[in-house]
Amino acid sequence: MNNFKYAITLLTVVLFICPVFAQPTANTILDKVDANMSAENMIVESTMTIHGRRASRTISSRTYSVGDKKSFTEYISPAREEGTKMLKLEDQLWIYSPSTDRIIQISGHMLRQSVMGSDLSYEDMMDDRKLTDLYDAMVIGSDTIDERECYILELLAKVDDVAYYKRLISVDKQRFVPLKEELFAKSGKLIKQTSLRDVKKVDGRWFPTVMVYKDMMKAGKGTEFRIDAIKFNQDIPEYIFSKAALKQ
Amino acid sequence: MKIAFKLAYRNLIGAGLRTWLNVIVLSFSFVVIIWLKGLMVGWDHQAKNDMSQWQIGQGQYWHNSYEPYDPFALNDSHAPIPDMFEEQIKAGEMVPMLYAQGSIYPEGRMKSIKISGIPADQTLLKIPSASLDTVVEAIPAIVGASMAHSSHLEKGSRFVMRWRDSKGTFDAAEVEIVDVFSTTVAQIDMGQVWIPLDVMQQKLLMPGEASVFSFGEISEKPAQLENFKLKSFSELTAEVDEMIKMKSSGQSVFYIILILLAMLAIFDTQVLSIFRRQKEIGTYVALGYTRREVVGLFTIEGAMHAVLAAVVAAIYGVPFFIWQAKSGFTLPMDTSEFGMTIAPTMYPVYSMGLIVSTVLIVFLTTLVVSYWPSRRIAKMNPTEALRGKIQ
Repeated sequence: MNNFKYAITLLTVVLFICPVFAQPTANTILDKVDANMSAENMIVESTMTIHGRRASRTISSRTYSVGDKKSFTEYISPAREEGTKMLKLEDQLWIYSPSTDRIIQISGHMLRQSVMGSDLSYEDMMDDRKLTDLYDAMVIGSDTIDERECYILELLAKVDDVAYYKRLISVDKQRFVPLKEELFAKSGKLIKQTSLRDVKKVDGRWFPTVMVYKDMMKAGKGTEFRIDAIKFNQDIPEYIFSKAALKQ
Repeated sequence: MKIAFKLAYRNLIGAGLRTWLNVIVLSFSFVVIIWLKGLMVGWDHQAKNDMSQWQIGQGQYWHNSYEPYDPFALNDSHAPIPDMFEEQIKAGEMVPMLYAQGSIYPEGRMKSIKISGIPADQTLLKIPSASLDTVVEAIPAIVGASMAHSSHLEKGSRFVMRWRDSKGTFDAAEVEIVDVFSTTVAQIDMGQVWIPLDVMQQKLLMPGEASVFSFGEISEKPAQLENFKLKSFSELTAEVDEMIKMKSSGQSVFYIILILLAMLAIFDTQVLSIFRRQKEIGTYVALGYTRREVVGLFTIEGAMHAVLAAVVAAIYGVPFFIWQAKSGFTLPMDTSEFGMTIAPTMYPVYSMGLIVSTVLIVFLTTLVVSYWPSRRIAKMNPTEALRGKIQ
């Protein structure tokens, strides 16, 4: 009888408690995603294709970034955008346009405007606060995206000043790479969706090389951001992250 | 002097077709100038009247940050309704309005708009806000005809509207158009969706707040409150004055061309008269006229063109003016997207001052143009003039 009781207890532990320990918490998953996706610094060469109602535009750029706080982007093509540069330092953003030879600071409500007509706003690029500081996160289920098993994380705002009240993030269970993110309004309406695919191993870490941002209320195919080359932990000269570098 | 007028009249009528051609051209200038100036006055009256009835009442209070031409300032332009306004709002003498930036997505197209909140029960302004008291599954909204046209919306259209609340968090909801109103005031039409004020305050987390107040006849109007500043009727309609001033100066070029054409004809006639009527001039002097009197005679003759033109203008102009004042002048283009208060049909308003000033200007110009060539007579040798010798 004692053996039977012992067996029942053991079975209970195995069936119910072990999976709890096996499944990481949402915050742990987010930390692992952070560890995988962020680096001390990186240099990214990318192309952004903005799909409009009638035609599509492709813009190439090179971005130097250090952590979440500093980044410098130089647009390479097409000729119309060539030489346009963008500098982000902490919560400030400046844009240099060669046609006017002026540096403009983007601030206030201008941050809510679209970046080069894409589905991304300056604010989307600027928000570098940690998700765990802004949201209460929990794992609400599993999903399969592109034949990869994913955790579905639900993030609900715990502070007032967030742009999106709710986020659903699907994270690859093995590689800890987000494969889909959905951003919701307070009313529950889906506002934006980001799909991440073509995950490649770069310098020992898994990284999505194609990201499609889509304003879900707008018709169209959204904005595709494709990483052509990425290098982590390079020697980036400090002067790049200065306003003087914008005019060079 | 009486003889001078008699002679001048006789000579003019005697000249036949040449006189009538001059008179018709000059009368045309009279009619066109009075009509165009009347149209400008009519536009001014109509625009200010419409603005008062639809948008500004007798004046407004603006939030200190509110700037109608800066959409980026909209989301910061709100504050609690001051206590002293509560009574006037209840009495229907004041209408609070709340503004915010937003986007609408009719048929998947994104359009940036200004969301405007107005109490459904207001009656001070002609905006048909009572329609907002309709129970529908979505947020009831009304739009102007131009906005409906440019966004392909109609009564019953449903679409998603997105905005950010006062904390910056995105929110979105379905909106249903319950009414489309027609107005000449573009400032309350273009790029705007009107929804009930209480719904907007609740959705945007701005309870009891407003951006702008329009008021009617109220006794107490402090110039500055903590968060709001007074904008008088004349300040709010200064834009209309500026526009009309600009249009009027543009039109003066047209007036000048018209008058120049008429004056050229009169000048030509005068020069020809002096050239061909040398014997007559010599006879006048021989009969005892001083040279100044002869110059006066010819000047009166020229200036009488303007008098005859005024009579002719009155004959066909007065019925035309009356008809225009009743039927109005419909602009041959779509004015709805000008961003200004311009009615598609404008009704000219003619004041006595306008008519008298126009007649005086044309008469004085004709007088100068008639006198100019007549000065040559003063230099003539009367004996040679009498012999008809060209000088």
